[in-house]
Amino acid sequence: MPLDIAALEELGATIELKRPDNVLAWDVTHGELNIDVTPSGIADFVEFLRTEPTCKFSSLVDITAVDYPERPKRFDVVYHFLSMYQNQRIRLRAALREEEMIPSITAVHPSANWFEREVFDMFGIIFSGHPDLRRILTDYGFRGYPLRKDFPTTGYTEVRYDEAAKRVVYEPVKLVQEYRQFDFMSPWEGAEYILPGDDKKDAK
Amino acid sequence: MMDGSNQFGDAQTGEQKIRNFNINFGPQHPAAHGVLRLVLELDGEIVERCDPHIGLLHRGTEKLMESRTYLQNLPYFDRLDYVAPMNQEHAWCLAIEKLCGVEVPRRASLIRVLYSEIGRVLNHLLNVTTQAMDVGALTPPLWGFEEREKLMIFYERACGARLHAAYFRPGGVHQDLTPKLIDDIEEWAREFPSVLDDIDSLLTENRIFKQRNADIGVVSEEDIQLYGFSGVMVRGSGLAWDLRRAQPYECYDEFDFQIPVGKNGDCYDRYLCRMEEMRQSTSIILQAIAKLRETPGDVMTRGKITPPKRGEMKTSMEALIHHFKLYTEGFRVPEGEVYAAVEAPKGEFGVYLVADGTNKPYRAKLRAPGYLHLQAMDHIATGHQLADVAAIIGTMDIVFGEVDR
Repeated sequence: MPLDIAALEELGATIELKRPDNVLAWDVTHGELNIDVTPSGIADFVEFLRTEPTCKFSSLVDITAVDYPERPKRFDVVYHFLSMYQNQRIRLRAALREEEMIPSITAVHPSANWFEREVFDMFGIIFSGHPDLRRILTDYGFRGYPLRKDFPTTGYTEVRYDEAAKRVVYEPVKLVQEYRQFDFMSPWEGAEYILPGDDKKDAK
Repeated sequence: MMDGSNQFGDAQTGEQKIRNFNINFGPQHPAAHGVLRLVLELDGEIVERCDPHIGLLHRGTEKLMESRTYLQNLPYFDRLDYVAPMNQEHAWCLAIEKLCGVEVPRRASLIRVLYSEIGRVLNHLLNVTTQAMDVGALTPPLWGFEEREKLMIFYERACGARLHAAYFRPGGVHQDLTPKLIDDIEEWAREFPSVLDDIDSLLTENRIFKQRNADIGVVSEEDIQLYGFSGVMVRGSGLAWDLRRAQPYECYDEFDFQIPVGKNGDCYDRYLCRMEEMRQSTSIILQAIAKLRETPGDVMTRGKITPPKRGEMKTSMEALIHHFKLYTEGFRVPEGEVYAAVEAPKGEFGVYLVADGTNKPYRAKLRAPGYLHLQAMDHIATGHQLADVAAIIGTMDIVFGEVDR
């Protein structure tokens, strides 16, 4: 679809021209327009995308985050928008440090409400100005942020019905065998073979 | 003060003591279509506030997917919207194919269209008939489920499982269809419109059904944009928005079908849209079958991301190694991020995939249409009667597998 890509590139250039303060960088890869934006101006920028006649990105498709623990700006908050009128999609990425907050866009898109709650629930990112930032998918009283890379897949607590207490009790996770995480990477590329107790390896 | 008392202890009439009533709807309610808990604030019978509590079926699919290979993740998609499993797999395959730049053979593409449409009929049959049950009809689900049963047998004959198919694979579909199966699907598709007419005669002009659905849960064009609706929730309000037509994927651009739209955006129009979509899907199924008969060939792109043929494995050592490596290590997907969406029966189902070049996805976000629809529950249900809540949930078409993930 070369025509679409040309249209997206034109759109990206126009947006950068009109909003130089918000746009850090943009590119078109895999036939999709990505724009890196500054977190602080996100609400304003989204409002611009919604009302600007050449964009009309009036449907919020998705908000999510990606965790990169090795980066100083640990999180990417990713927004997807769709314009049913122009038949185009756009992706915004805002990089955030762990303790940083990002303004909520619920005032512009009411549909952002649950998405932002979910990102808060899963990553612990706080959206300033959100009307009701509660956990949404996890259990009542859950602790921790499950989709962060440092959260173990097994979690920390497990539940069972206690016959004596006549209620569901929460206990620390006890695994009968270690959680199996196979390393299937090819031995010729990737896997590191560490021989336990091989102290003289480095001395050589 | 909440109960209307005043600090002076004055005598009060009965009127002053009335306060709103809070009730819990679900999580074990037959009309909640799964495990939905609604906290409703009622003024008499009128809903004043509606707060959905979701997450009771949360299984952490996205977290689990980060520690499994791309192929191992495929069956998780059947368990999202378990009413039409293959449509979800489709989005996952499209995302991987987009990143790897793999072309799907034409026959596989036709089979995907065929089974996506079967999935759509499966979903709409369940939705239309159980929604009718929510508003008081008993016969429609009995009639509709008979057809669903036949369709599930087609699923089983294609992939061996009635529900959790794992049939669409990156690069094609798992197995070819037998000519007998194609004939049987065609025979079914020829008979199905008469069954639809029967269900139609039960519901469309039924007085009670109309009273319960017409002018209930009206969605305007503005609501669609504000709340991010998709699928029938959009088309019921008169916008002919369908990803199969607007942003064609697979080979939908070759097919001839109409997009039904409603006029009023109420529950009744959404019901009518679904009925017409089933007819359109049946026509797509017939077209796909005609095309399938003319296109023999392989159903998988043979390459790194797909297994070698069984026969080759018996003779070629390399093929055997490839097979072993594919099902243990899995295939690598080049670095990058994509969003792939399909028009699932419930609306736009999308996958946002971030790949880091290894055999496992770095992050996969599943975008379920029901999540946004349910979110708008407070907006749509406010001001309606308590009994209408069940009708609205029904036509929003909510399945908790995909909402809670």
